[in-house]
Amino acid sequence: MAVCIAVIAKENYPLYIRSTPTEDELKFHYMVHTSLDVVDEKISAMGKALVDQRELYLGLLYPTEDYKVYGYVTNSKVKFVMVVDSSNTALRDNEIRSMFRKLHNSYTDVMCNPFYNPGDRIQSRAFDNMVTSMMIQVC
Amino acid sequence: MEGLTLSDAEQKYYSDLFSYCDIESTKKVVVNGRVLELFRAAQLPNDVVLQIMELCGATRLGYFGRSQFYIALKLVAVAQSGFPLRVESINTVKDLPLPRFVASKNEQESRHTASYSSDSESQGSYSGVIPPPPGRGQVKKGPGSHDVVQPRPSADQQEPASPVVSPQQSPPTSPHTWRKHSRHPSGGNSERPLTGPGPFWSPFGDAQPGSSAGDAVWSGHSPPPPQENWVSFADTPPTSTLLTMHPASVQDQTTVRTVASATTANEIRRQSSSCDDPWKITDEQRQYYVNQFTTIQPDLNGFIPGSAAKEFFTKSKLPILELSHIWELSDFDKDGALTLDEFCAAFHLVVARKNGYDLPEKLPESLMPKLIDLEDSADVGDQPGEVGYSGSPAEAPPSKSPSMPSLNQTWPELNQSSEDTAIVHPVPIRMTPSKIHMQEMELKRTSSDHTNPTSPLLVKTSDLSEESKINSSVKFPSGNTVDGYSSSDSFPSDPEQIGSSVTRQRSHSGASPDNTAPPPPPPRPQPSHSRSSSLDMNRTFAVTTGQQQAGVVAHPPAVPPRPQPSQAPGPSVHRPVDADGLITHTSTSPQQIPEQPNFADFSQFEVFAASNVTEEQDSEAEKHPEVLPAEKASDPAGSLRVAQTDGKIEEKTAASVPANVSKGTTPLAPPPKPVRRRLKSEDELRPDVDEHTQKTGVLAAVLAPQPSIPRSVGKDKKAIQASIRRNKETNTVLARLNSELQQQLKDVLEERISLEVQLEQLRPFSHL
Repeated sequence: MAVCIAVIAKENYPLYIRSTPTEDELKFHYMVHTSLDVVDEKISAMGKALVDQRELYLGLLYPTEDYKVYGYVTNSKVKFVMVVDSSNTALRDNEIRSMFRKLHNSYTDVMCNPFYNPGDRIQSRAFDNMVTSMMIQVC
Repeated sequence: MEGLTLSDAEQKYYSDLFSYCDIESTKKVVVNGRVLELFRAAQLPNDVVLQIMELCGATRLGYFGRSQFYIALKLVAVAQSGFPLRVESINTVKDLPLPRFVASKNEQESRHTASYSSDSESQGSYSGVIPPPPGRGQVKKGPGSHDVVQPRPSADQQEPASPVVSPQQSPPTSPHTWRKHSRHPSGGNSERPLTGPGPFWSPFGDAQPGSSAGDAVWSGHSPPPPQENWVSFADTPPTSTLLTMHPASVQDQTTVRTVASATTANEIRRQSSSCDDPWKITDEQRQYYVNQFTTIQPDLNGFIPGSAAKEFFTKSKLPILELSHIWELSDFDKDGALTLDEFCAAFHLVVARKNGYDLPEKLPESLMPKLIDLEDSADVGDQPGEVGYSGSPAEAPPSKSPSMPSLNQTWPELNQSSEDTAIVHPVPIRMTPSKIHMQEMELKRTSSDHTNPTSPLLVKTSDLSEESKINSSVKFPSGNTVDGYSSSDSFPSDPEQIGSSVTRQRSHSGASPDNTAPPPPPPRPQPSHSRSSSLDMNRTFAVTTGQQQAGVVAHPPAVPPRPQPSQAPGPSVHRPVDADGLITHTSTSPQQIPEQPNFADFSQFEVFAASNVTEEQDSEAEKHPEVLPAEKASDPAGSLRVAQTDGKIEEKTAASVPANVSKGTTPLAPPPKPVRRRLKSEDELRPDVDEHTQKTGVLAAVLAPQPSIPRSVGKDKKAIQASIRRNKETNTVLARLNSELQQQLKDVLEERISLEVQLEQLRPFSHL
C-alpha cells in the first residue's frame, strides 16, 4: 500500500528510506523532504506545552495528484513519513494509523537493540521485513 | 494424482526441498524455475525430467503444488534408482532412496554430500581439502527453513576465535569433503540436505568477510546464484536409516554442505551436525554459556542489560551488523535485556556465526527461550516466551518489558490476555453504571486484570450478584438510578419504589469494587426502609420468594399506622367498585404512594384471577390497599397488573402501598377472606393486622400467586412481564366483551328503531 516509507531523525536526516522500486525513488525522496516542512509546521502548531496532548499521528500532510503523504511523529521527534498511492481507495485513516503504529513498534524494537546506535541508519532486518510487508500489502 | 505415501524421512526431505523451492514463501506453489533447477541437478536426462513433470501433473496444472512436487521428487528417486517411470511406481517402489540432487559446483569441491552421519569422524574425512575459507563460495541459503538447514554440529564450536569452543567440534577444517556416500547418519535431517547450501565452517579467525558476504547472501531470499550447490545425499542407505532422526547426539553427526557460488568469494564449508536440530545446544555448551552469563549477571534469573551484553558480544569481533541481527533474534521479548535463555541463544548464534554458519532469519526453535508458565505472569524474570506467544517475539509476554515504551499499548492487552488465565480474584462488578462502578472497572482494567469490566464478575452473594445484574438491567420504573453507595442519596426516594430492596442490593454491589464481599445489607436497609419501613427487605430476602409476601407483609409492621389514617380514605377506596373505581381509588387515597396503585392493581389482578371475576372490583379495591403495602417488591409487576386489570391503573411505579394498604382496610369483607386466608398462610410475619391481614392478605394473596414478587429485581421483571401478559389477556377479554356489548347495543338500537317505526305506523291510526 505504501509506496514509500521513511524514518526521519530528529535532526531531519533520514534514518531509513524505502520505496517501491518501481517508481522513481528520487521523486519520493523529494516528497518526503518537502513533507518535513509540513510536519514541523504541525508540530509547532500544537503549542509549546502540549507535547502530551499532541497526538502522534499527524494525519494527511498533503495530497498530490497521485499520492498522499501521511505523517507521524514520536515523542522524541522522530518522524515517520508514509507516501501512499492515491489510487488506493481502500485506505482508511485507521489503517494508516495502524501502519504507523506498527512502524513505531518496530522502530522501538530497533532502538532496543544495544548494538544500534541512535542516529545510525536502520539496518535491522526485522524492520526491513516489516516495512516490506507494509509496502506490498495491497499490491 | 494417486495418493502418495511417503515415509517420514521422505516427508521431511521433501518438505525441505519444497521450502527450498518455495522462495516466495507461498507454501503452496513452488517456483518453476527452482524446481527445474532442482530436477536438473538430479542429473536426469531432460526427457526424463519432462516425463516426471508430466506425470506429476505439473504440466497439466501449470505449477508445482505441494503434492505435485512431492510426486515429482518421488519420481526423481524412482528414476535415479533406475526404475521405469510410471505413475504407479511412486507407491510401489519400496525403500526408495531419496532423490539425489547434485549441484554442479564450479569449484573443486563442488560436490558435497550432505549426510547426516552420526559419526564425528566424518569430519575427519573432510579434512582433505579445505579451501581457504575466504575462497569458499558463499553460502546460499535456501529460503525457508534456515534454522533447519543449519546443521551445526553441536560439537562444532570452534574455539579459536570464539570463546566457546566445545571440544567436540572438529576443527573447522573442513568440510570439504563431500562424501558421496553416506554418512548416513542417522538420518540427520534428511530435509536439510537439499535445502541449499549449508552453513560452512569457517576456519577460525576468519569468517568475517566471507561470512558477511555469505550472510548477505544468506539472509535474503537471495535468488539462487547461478550455481547451486546441492547437497547430495548418500544414496544407498535405505531411506529409513537415512532419515532416522537422531536425537540430539549432536556431536556425532555432521553434515557437510557446501555451497559454492560462483559469485561469492567466500565459501566456507562447515560441518553441520546431522542431528535433528543443528541449533541445539549441547550440555557442554550450555554450561559454558551459563558460566559466562554468571560472570556478567550472577543471578540466573535476572537479566543482562543491553549495554553489558553489547560489550560482551562485541568481544567476539563480529561485525556490529551481525551482532545487531543476533540480538534481534535472541531478544525474544524485545525488552532490551537478556535472560539466561536469551543469552544462551545469542551466544550460540555468535558461536555459530563465528564458525561460519549463517544466521537464520528467525530464531531456531531450539534456541527459543523457554516459555514461562502462563500462570506465572508475575514471573518476570525468566522466560520471555510464552507458549501462546511463541513465534511472535514482539508479542512475547510483557512480563518484562521495561524498555518498550512504544509497545506499551500492546502490553496491556498482552498482559491481560496472559493474565487471563491467572485471574486470582474475582472482581465483583456492578452492572449499574455508577461512578463507583466505572471506577472499579477502570481499576480493573488498569491493573491489567483482564476481567471484562462489562461482564458481571462474581459478586459476593449470589443474591447480590443476581440483583446487581438485575439492577443494572432493570431500570426501575421509578427511574431509580440508585447505583450504589454513591447514589445513596436516592435512597430516600427509593422506598417508594420497589427499589428499596433492589437498591440495597445495588448498593452492595456497588461496594464490590473493593473486591470484597459486599458487606451485608444491614446498614443499607435503614435508608431504604425509611419509607418502606414496612418493607423489611431483609426479611423479604430472607424469606423465600414464596414468602415474599411475607416479606412484603413484614412491611406490615410499618403499615399499621397507615391503615389507620387510611381508614378514612378507606371508604373512599371503596368507591371504585366499578372499574373506574380503582383508578379513583388509587388516585384518591391520599397516602397512597403514587406507585402504590400499581401494587394495588397488581394484587387486584391477582385477586382477580384468584377470586371470582365479579368481585373484581371489590377485590381490586381491596387489593389496592393491601397490595400497596406489600407492594414494593412487587411493584413493577403489581403496577403492571394494576394497570392492566382495569386498564386504568397505569401507574406502575412502586406503588405507594401504604396508602393503599390503608385503603385496603376498607372493603374487605368478601374478598379479603380468601385472600386473607392465603396471606395468612404465607405470612407469618404479620403481626397483627387483621385488616392488615386482610389487606395484606389480599395483597399476599395477590402476591402469592405471583411468586415473582421478587426478592430480586429479576423476579420483578418476570413479574412485570407476567403481569403484562395477564393484562393483555384481560385486555383481550375486555375487548371481546366490549365488542359483544357493542353488538348487543346495536341490536338493541335496531330493535328500538324498529319499535319506533312500528309506533309510528301505529300512531297514525291513533291519529285517525
